Amino acid sequence: MSEIESIIKIRSLYKSFKGNKVLDGINLDIKRHSSTVIIGGSGTGKSVLIKTIIGLVESDKGSIIIDGVETVKISHKERFKIMKTIGFLFQGGALFDSLTVEDNITFFAEKLYELTPKHKKDLAVSKLSDVGLSKKILAMYPSELSGGMQKRVSLARAICANPSILFLDEPTTGLDPIMANIINELIIKIQEELKATTITITHDMNSAYIIAKEMAMIYEGKILWVGTKDEVRNSDNPYLKQFINGSTIGPINV
Amino acid sequence: MILDIVNLVGQRTINFARNIGAFSLFTISIVTNSFKRPIYYKLILKQLLFIGFYSLPVVAMTTFFSGAVLALQSYTSFSRFSAENSIATVVILAITRELGPVLAGLMVAGRVGSSIAAEIATMRVTAQIDALYTLSTDPIKYLVLPRVIASIITLPCLVLIGDVLGVMGGYLVSVYKLDFNSSNYILNSFKYLEPIDVISGLVKATVFGGIISVISCYSGYCSDKGARGVGDATISAVVNSSVLILISNYLITELFFKI
Repeated sequence: MSEIESIIKIRSLYKSFKGNKVLDGINLDIKRHSSTVIIGGSGTGKSVLIKTIIGLVESDKGSIIIDGVETVKISHKERFKIMKTIGFLFQGGALFDSLTVEDNITFFAEKLYELTPKHKKDLAVSKLSDVGLSKKILAMYPSELSGGMQKRVSLARAICANPSILFLDEPTTGLDPIMANIINELIIKIQEELKATTITITHDMNSAYIIAKEMAMIYEGKILWVGTKDEVRNSDNPYLKQFINGSTIGPINV
Repeated sequence: MILDIVNLVGQRTINFARNIGAFSLFTISIVTNSFKRPIYYKLILKQLLFIGFYSLPVVAMTTFFSGAVLALQSYTSFSRFSAENSIATVVILAITRELGPVLAGLMVAGRVGSSIAAEIATMRVTAQIDALYTLSTDPIKYLVLPRVIASIITLPCLVLIGDVLGVMGGYLVSVYKLDFNSSNYILNSFKYLEPIDVISGLVKATVFGGIISVISCYSGYCSDKGARGVGDATISAVVNSSVLILISNYLITELFFKI
């Protein structure tokens, strides 16, 4: 894979917490405009990996190149410049509970542009419609919304400034199957409309098959397997086979 | 057994040193950020209202009744050696120099410090602070700085109002309960009052405002995960702020009134 094709390039990435190795020499390339899903069991380092990529967690060693810029050990100012092109959907939504839905969605856009109250409202309504929600909830606070609605508002916030890279941390966790499918379809729709590169981490294989064009499996802090969605089912990798079948017998320590 | 004790003491010392280091870095980042744009004026105004205006009732009640009880207690003691005339002076000096700033500081530490720590710790637990970061917003500038600025501005204002109400409490008890002459009481109150008495109280209030806000924000910002982390952050904000208020009160007093 050439440098130009890869929007994110990770090389020999290490991270430990109190002597416990969480990322153990990660090497991974994410293609521009691709939809990559990183799968793996709980505690295998998925969340730490994407938090390290965007700089929420500082790596011990290694290189992370985002859109041609080496981002390990860069200044806050430079980091914030890169963050302007990135959207992030948190597992729990992480909506600001002191702000209304409208203020949550337009939080970042307000920083970037001079928005009049009308523009701000129109932008929030448009993003809400993108995620299939009505403008009736604009003045509501996150605590007044259901879990599924919170996740969709959070997705609206993540895409508000039209990011070129979108990270999704367990987008369907804690949702009922119907709501999970709605979120999956929204992610595909957004990815196609924005032409964004999406990186999703999940242990929900149904969701992974729907969203992914490419998949990577992480286990004990290492990338064990990388391939296309179609290659997953035919893979001979015993770890991958055990994980997608949900079997208790196999090389994965349970 | 001895080795375990040495190990425990060593661990505690390392943790203490680590916390001091982290707290110093946190404070430095607040100072350096205060000179950088953007400045969130709306958030500062919101905090001025929350920390200043909404703390007014509790500070007013505390200082008013402290002034009143001080007059009452002074009377019962001073009458033993016929020094009742000094009551007005004692009340105004005690209120402006000590009771006003210390009581207002402790009340605000309890009311505002706990609230700041719990709010920021909850934001930490629910990843809202991480979300700020992903939206290119520095959490120190957005969350911490407005609270620190508002505390430093409002505490002296609260203390000034508290001073007036405390003196008024002493006046009302002395005149209406202890039958002092109103004009004499007012005259005695201001006879020995010097500008330094009020200024020292206001300087203390400014320092207390800084202590309460920085410690409370730090406790919330660096809290551990989970509900227990929020609880611990709240306790540590109130306890550490209160203890530091009392220690710094002594140091500032010594600085102003070298004996």
